[in-house]
Amino acid sequence: MSEDESPPLDLRPEPPCSSSSAVDSTPNKSRNCISSSTASQTFPDHVLENVLENVLQFLDSRCDRNAASLVCKLWWKVEALTRSEVFIGNCYALSPARLTQRFKRVKSLVLKGKPRFADFNLMPPDWGANFAPWVSTMAKAYPWLEKVDLKRIFVTDDDLALVAESFPGFKELILVCCEGFGTSGIAIVANKCRKLKVLDLIESEVTDDEVDWISCFPEDVTCLESLAFDCVEAPINFKALEGLVGRSPFLKKLRLNRFVSLEELHRLLLGAPQLTSLGTGSFSHDNEAHHQSEQEPDYAAAFLACKSVVCLSGFRELMPEYLPAIFPVCANLTSLNFSYANISPDMFKPIIHKCHKLQVFWALDSICDEGLQAVAATCKELRELRIFPFDPREDSEGPVSELGLQAISEGCRKLESILYFCQRMTNAAVIAMSENCPELTVFRLCIMGRHRPDHVTGKPMDEGFGAIVKNCKKLTRLAVSGLLTDQAFRYMGEYGKLIRTLSVAFAGDSDMALRHVLEGCPRLQKLEIRDSPFGDVALRSGMHRYYNMRFVWMSACSLSKGCCKDVARAMPNLVVEVIGSDDDDDNRDYVETLYMYRSLDGPRKDAPKFPLLREKAPCISDRSCSEVEQAWVCLQYQRRYSSLEPLRGGTGGVKAISNYGLVLEGMRRAKARGFSDVSH
Amino acid sequence: MAYEKVNELNLKDTELRLGLPGTEEVIQEQEFSCVRSNKRPFESNDEEAREEEASTPPTKTQIVGWPPVRSYRKNNSSVSYVKVSMDGAPYLRKIDLKTYKNYPELLKALENMFKFTIGEYCEREGYKGSGFVPTYEDKDGDWMLVGDVPWDMFSSSCKRLRIMKGSDALALDSAL
Repeated sequence: MSEDESPPLDLRPEPPCSSSSAVDSTPNKSRNCISSSTASQTFPDHVLENVLENVLQFLDSRCDRNAASLVCKLWWKVEALTRSEVFIGNCYALSPARLTQRFKRVKSLVLKGKPRFADFNLMPPDWGANFAPWVSTMAKAYPWLEKVDLKRIFVTDDDLALVAESFPGFKELILVCCEGFGTSGIAIVANKCRKLKVLDLIESEVTDDEVDWISCFPEDVTCLESLAFDCVEAPINFKALEGLVGRSPFLKKLRLNRFVSLEELHRLLLGAPQLTSLGTGSFSHDNEAHHQSEQEPDYAAAFLACKSVVCLSGFRELMPEYLPAIFPVCANLTSLNFSYANISPDMFKPIIHKCHKLQVFWALDSICDEGLQAVAATCKELRELRIFPFDPREDSEGPVSELGLQAISEGCRKLESILYFCQRMTNAAVIAMSENCPELTVFRLCIMGRHRPDHVTGKPMDEGFGAIVKNCKKLTRLAVSGLLTDQAFRYMGEYGKLIRTLSVAFAGDSDMALRHVLEGCPRLQKLEIRDSPFGDVALRSGMHRYYNMRFVWMSACSLSKGCCKDVARAMPNLVVEVIGSDDDDDNRDYVETLYMYRSLDGPRKDAPKFPLLREKAPCISDRSCSEVEQAWVCLQYQRRYSSLEPLRGGTGGVKAISNYGLVLEGMRRAKARGFSDVSH
Repeated sequence: MAYEKVNELNLKDTELRLGLPGTEEVIQEQEFSCVRSNKRPFESNDEEAREEEASTPPTKTQIVGWPPVRSYRKNNSSVSYVKVSMDGAPYLRKIDLKTYKNYPELLKALENMFKFTIGEYCEREGYKGSGFVPTYEDKDGDWMLVGDVPWDMFSSSCKRLRIMKGSDALALDSAL
């Protein structure tokens, strides 16, 4: 969640007039330092640089670092030398070469790829976000790399092999919502990364290459602190796992997959009482191994021995009769994830009544409103709640409703983040939450039936969401649903001043709705919209914002290709991807999906199938569009301006600004708010 | 362009059809307001897509990616063991409904497990021929005949199974 708090990374190119090679102690440096202290005039620059380096190395927050890099060229340079953790929220906002040119001593990379809507099959599988160019560039530039954290990136086994070979000190591999690799790639990492502390595979698709990757860990004592493989849909060698856990004295977090049975879990727990975070695996019997006549292991005793467990998840194939085994750890739990367990309220209540310290709770709606009332009664420290639908269809039964939401709002006053799937809701309950939970930063409500109104009053859900944006003054992330008119968006534009991420589906009446948001929400970074009646007028109204945003996604709206072209033409550093599909012939001007994002390095070269349309002249005829018959249309336009770099600190050095009026205005406003420049 | 509310009246509900349950075809309705979002999902696995289409309840058209739940969550959510009892058998068994994709697979597994044969299903008369009738208890606590509703609906609402035999079964048959 830290990314939601800090502004984007500033990755502007180095000003052209300074020397390109970053040698540390060159005496003749350009004297662009704004500082008026006499020190800079009497001491050589390299002394100042060393002092600065010693100070800046303590800056951790990228927010602070971005600000520091804007002070002057010297600070820019020294900050670049001392930044060891780099965060890139959109892998296509810049090229790997740009990363390695600017930052020379990177030890840790966080990289994000596809937009979130890709999770719901709204993007073709071969769209991109490949790790390959990044790993091959970093292999040469950062041999000291220690950590890689990827989200929604396509990673291959070869990429993983390259990681294992290129970085001898590699410590942490975290893959969230990734795909493209399998157990063979994981095996290579396990085998070759001798300093590995963290191997976390989270919600990723891992192909089963039938490789015993657990056995590939080296035989001696490991450095492992965290091993999470609950998403791996492949059987594992339990004996090897038991051995691995036995020789991993630092292991604190262990998340098992559903191929680990309850008996096996029991054995592991007896050997690893120091665990703080546990994913329990299937939590059911291995049918062949279990006979009713045999003595059952004392599961509760195993859990009793795990006094340090504060985070519990798993329960992938839960046999509910064994749930009471976790009673001994409930009182210590700060995080509990039941979102794979179909538990009824009766099974659930005895457990939750013991969980007084719970701060994070994920579950299926099978616990019903009744279960949520029990949560509200007990979990006074709750910060984050996620309720997923057991039956994720529009017209399924809805075991949770406004009653559950109301109860939570009354009982859990410290709530900061909520994701709630339901079939019916009322404005009253949402308003109640807005009033009872002032700490809310994330409010995501998904009423699964499209265009569904308040089921008691029959009115749109405008007032409920309006109250949320108005009363929850810290709100940074919002997802809306149900029947919503333009009024809801008027509220968002008026009150949602801190909103960074907005998710809209099947909502609004007209372009005005989107305009309210684009004109009223100055902190908006990520905008994802589907199936809403927003068109060209709305899109144009946001042009003053797009350079200050990470991305905009609009699918099944009312956009025309002509307008997208206009936007692309007017904004040279915006990559505008128009994603079509086969049967668009009858409606050529219609845009199925628009995905656009700022980029310092222009259109990407790895777009699937279709060659990029590059036009030097600003005028694009319809003919070029009509030639498109493939499944993909990628439109990117970039004018080349020979000597001017459009994105620089302040306005110094930019002589002709008439073509960059839009850019500079955005930059000026952003800087006035203390943000860094137009950047990724 | 405003999106209209989905029609309340759906003639599909009253349509008379022949065919086994669970093999319902879903015809993508061509209302313009929905047609763009009714595109085939971008799935690499064709089989998966067909299975998803076939298991859609008949009343609403399939919308890609809605509700916004990741696919691995959808798969795992229906994992649950149900008890199976057979009249006259000394002990119960448990099966994971998730491992079966349709009625024939389930019935075959039950036949193997308890060593018997189930008769032929037909919509009008239930199971004919063997004196065994598979029934299940649904979410509301009612005992229903296996096979009437689409597979997907059955597997998510089935709480336990009971294979009736002998006089109980005959009574059920004649009641139909």
